Amino acid sequence: MSNEIISPENLVYTKPKLMNDTIMHYCPGCSHGVVHKLVAEVIADMQMEEKTIGVSPVGCAVFAYRYLDIDWQEAAHGRAPAVATAIKRLWPDRLVFTYQGDGDLACIGTAETIHALNRGENITIVFINNAIYGMTGGQMAPTTLIGQKTSTCPYGRDPEIHGYPLNITELASNLQGTCYVTRQSVETAPAIRQAKKAIRKAFTASMEGKGSSLVEIVSTCNSGWKVSPVEANKWMEENMFTVYPKGDLKDTTGIK
Amino acid sequence: MSKIKGAIVVDVDRCKGCSLCVVACPEEVIALAQKNVNVHGYRYAEPIHPDDCIGCAICGMVCPDGCISVYKKRMEV
Amino acid sequence: MADGEVTLMKGNEAIAHAAVRCGADGFFGYPITPQSEIIETLALMKPWETTGMVVLQAESEVASINMVYGGAGAGKRVMTSSSSPGISLMQEGISYMAGAELPGVFVNVQRGGPGLGTIQPSQSDYFQSTRGGGNGDYNVIVLAPNSVQEMADFVDLAFNLAFKYRNPAMILSDGVIGQMMEKVVLPPFKPRRTEEEIVKECPWATIGRTKDREPNILTSLELKSEVMEMRNIHLQEKYKAIRENEVRYETLMLDDADYMIVSFGSAARISEKAIELARAEGLKVGLFRPITLWPFPEKAIVAAIQGKKGVLVAEINAGQMVQDVRLAVNGIVKVEHFGRLGGIVPDPEEIVEALKEKLL
Repeated sequence: MSNEIISPENLVYTKPKLMNDTIMHYCPGCSHGVVHKLVAEVIADMQMEEKTIGVSPVGCAVFAYRYLDIDWQEAAHGRAPAVATAIKRLWPDRLVFTYQGDGDLACIGTAETIHALNRGENITIVFINNAIYGMTGGQMAPTTLIGQKTSTCPYGRDPEIHGYPLNITELASNLQGTCYVTRQSVETAPAIRQAKKAIRKAFTASMEGKGSSLVEIVSTCNSGWKVSPVEANKWMEENMFTVYPKGDLKDTTGIK
Repeated sequence: MSKIKGAIVVDVDRCKGCSLCVVACPEEVIALAQKNVNVHGYRYAEPIHPDDCIGCAICGMVCPDGCISVYKKRMEV
Repeated sequence: MADGEVTLMKGNEAIAHAAVRCGADGFFGYPITPQSEIIETLALMKPWETTGMVVLQAESEVASINMVYGGAGAGKRVMTSSSSPGISLMQEGISYMAGAELPGVFVNVQRGGPGLGTIQPSQSDYFQSTRGGGNGDYNVIVLAPNSVQEMADFVDLAFNLAFKYRNPAMILSDGVIGQMMEKVVLPPFKPRRTEEEIVKECPWATIGRTKDREPNILTSLELKSEVMEMRNIHLQEKYKAIRENEVRYETLMLDDADYMIVSFGSAARISEKAIELARAEGLKVGLFRPITLWPFPEKAIVAAIQGKKGVLVAEINAGQMVQDVRLAVNGIVKVEHFGRLGGIVPDPEEIVEALKEKLL
């Protein structure tokens, strides 16, 4: 029976066109891949394949440029919002976005993040928050949770020594230059649909000159957390959503 | 009577055996291959109960590597 | 002002005017003494209303250089300026631009260091400028103006060289040249390039992947050693070509000279006066002024020292360019150094005294 169904006219879902066939280096079950697909789909849905420039971070997604067939610039650690600022100001009719992890965006890049958002640059910052430094082997991130164990806080994050998890998205929602600040996730189909809508809204807002957007995707890092991908989703649902609650923190875009 | 039936095609060599599709499928269609691995050494996902597939595409959506193509057709059963 | 009109302004101001006139697309910078006039002049000129040039005060020098990275990567003529401590902050961005082969331009109006230092002039960033400055095997093209006119002329030159070789280029000035006022004829207006011209000049630029080509990816990262070695070899070949083709220097009264002073930038202006004083005393001295500090005019220096009895490198630092002069001269003749430190600008008399003390 499958043979009758498997036919081009019956196709309802496949890997997006902008995502090429290069096998992605991300760990099995990593949230990056899902978000990459959504970014690819939104760019194509908006028919902006030929007018998009992405800025990739230092972090696991440093090689994002290998997987999505648009123009990319690789930024220094944390500097993507500054790089994107220039590209967008110099080519205002292009779609410009950054794609950054929690260390890139909320640690070394805090100043660039806050200032680009505050200036209201017409860009979108896609923020993958998995509470750990994945690429470098699982060190503590500014968003690591209290008690969470990483290689640089092996006994658990202790606020006395390490301070508190940084809610940079809440900070961003208070910046006048932002028009859309939201927190999403991609571990279930409904969440994925919501996240895609959020990315679409943010990209659209940037093209309509409404200001800056921050789309945080609360994500998993099963390798860094040392659990299976399925367990990682569970841990995220049980522990991260309380510290990083999902939903729109700010939306002045007027876009449905 | 007609029903929506689905079918999936897994890009075996892209699959990393993460099991997210296995767990996400509402009809328990998918499992990791028991005795086979792909060229990278991963036990890849495969539809073990293909007739139960309803083409909802949840597996395709949650798959981080874009391995799964989903087909759906209204059929007489 | 009319084309060809002589006007009076600071070196820093000349940079700003020249940037607008040579079709610069953007300036991203941060205030720091003694060069804040560059961004202030641009802000006052409002070129975004005339040529469409973007002028943005960034949140730091780190952000500034990364904005230049982004703009240069998108094929635009973009620049920044700073002074010594700010240039230190930019080294990461400059190294990344060298690695990704991006044509950004930056200006260093040097001040005394190290660290926060002083706001008074110095030439103590010669090493930082000519030895890459950041991590890795690379060089940036370094132009050293010694007048307000050269400040004006070198902006277009720096952009041209940067784009010709897809490499960062810098104008290494100092607080004297930046702050002093001199007569200058500003370059004529050149329009900013159109999208078509940019695509033609910079087919590698990230401006949106049209269907007729593969994606353009600008990165300095390469994890496969064999490939990374090829990338580095390519950079070295580029630097070899720059060394062969882009050396610039000036000489003054060297033909009959017994002694040669080597100076760059503002120190060269002081040395010109020192030569006048020395010759009045009967000492035949001439000047060799490197204009490109990288590529360093080694061959020309070797030719110039033939028949000379000694070389004095007069520079406002503890001895930086003197090393390159010694390398070039390779023991043929005595090479000595004179410099003042910490923001003190020497008098021409001091240079004459040093020459007499060290070379006679």
